[in-house]
Amino acid sequence: MIAGDLERLIQLLSRLPGLGPRSARRAVLHLMKKREALMLPLAEAMARAAESVTLCSTCGNLDSHDPCGICRDPRRDPKLLCVVEDVADLWALERSGAFKGGYHVLGGTLSAIDGRGPDQLNMGRLLERVTGEGKDVEEVILALSATVDGQTTAHYISERLAGSGIKVSRLAHGVPVGGELDYLDDGTLTAAMKARRPA
Amino acid sequence: MKWEDEAIVLAARPHGETAAVVQLLTRAHGRHAGLVRGGQSARLRGIYQSGNRVSATWSGRLPEHLGSLECEMECSYMARVLDDSDRLAALSAATAVCEGAMPEREPHPACFEGLLALLEALEGDHWAEVYVRWELAFLAELGFGLDLSSCAAGVENDQLAYVSPRSGRAVSLSAGAPYRDKLLPLPGFLVGRGEGGNAAVAEGLALTGFFLERHLFHPHDKALPAARLRLEQRFTPDGGTSRGGSQ
Repeated sequence: MIAGDLERLIQLLSRLPGLGPRSARRAVLHLMKKREALMLPLAEAMARAAESVTLCSTCGNLDSHDPCGICRDPRRDPKLLCVVEDVADLWALERSGAFKGGYHVLGGTLSAIDGRGPDQLNMGRLLERVTGEGKDVEEVILALSATVDGQTTAHYISERLAGSGIKVSRLAHGVPVGGELDYLDDGTLTAAMKARRPA
Repeated sequence: MKWEDEAIVLAARPHGETAAVVQLLTRAHGRHAGLVRGGQSARLRGIYQSGNRVSATWSGRLPEHLGSLECEMECSYMARVLDDSDRLAALSAATAVCEGAMPEREPHPACFEGLLALLEALEGDHWAEVYVRWELAFLAELGFGLDLSSCAAGVENDQLAYVSPRSGRAVSLSAGAPYRDKLLPLPGFLVGRGEGGNAAVAEGLALTGFFLERHLFHPHDKALPAARLRLEQRFTPDGGTSRGGSQ
């Protein structure tokens, strides 16, 4: 028989991605064994994050400050804006260190199956950021998934920005670094062949 | 029980953390769903994109169960049209129409063949005209075909120019003139007159959309899929299709 508070903790932890009731029980037992070193700091960090972290009203990133650290960073190039689906994609690009401009998080993609249209995404704010008066964005980079929904969203944005004089580009699709052709799926090979460039 | 069949992916919805419920249009088993374990993983997600042709294996304890699916990619039609917004919209519309309109687990080999032919034709120049013809054939296969062979009013001395929204039969130019506000325009390329073009495709999409909605979606209290509406919108004068063709 598990005590009420522990049962509640196990229930909540088992709702997290990747955790089920069994792994939640193991995590709770581990936390109880390391009460001072892990459990209390974790509880404190979670409470602090829940209180301070918000969505950046400019780009949609998660941060303790609004605007977020990326939007406030003067070293970043304000002429470049990279559009991503969600914060996880923003973090992935930041890990790569390949991009030094600003971001815009859409919060998903257009989806015929889920009935998600432009109004359900952070689309109006994007258009305002890019085409509003006094804005100096020169290039919008669409870093969206190579899926039907991702590319439908990319086409939608590029059509909305057509005629605004802003360059719209998107990430290449093709052979990954370290990838061998023999192991690639047909779709990736087809996309790579179509997007070939002079050597 | 277990079967293997050729199939085209119509849709994949996330189920839980890693699985997906995938809808397929199979050659011999009709529209059929199944659970794909790990269907949301990076390795498998590319296979379960709408419009891909796959080799499917379904297994379940009883035939009425959801069962589980395993698919192997045969051809990625999605990758072929990913760069073209119009063709991608057509692919999305076709799969959404099949998913929304076809009865589940009722074999329609002609629908499978038709969708396969459409996906093959999407790389060609006249893909939009083919799309309109595909929707006509799709309606016919499901029992709601239009009769475009002769004038419903019996006038045979001039060209067929309209379709009656009530009967689904063609009406000639002279017989339909007094009622033209109530009739649906019939694009010439559907009766062997002219080659099409964006304006004719727009008329064709409005025509087939009307009957799809009336016969296949409204009876189930559903609207035309958003992807189908977006395709039709692209062919309106300010809809933004980049496809070449006379207006």
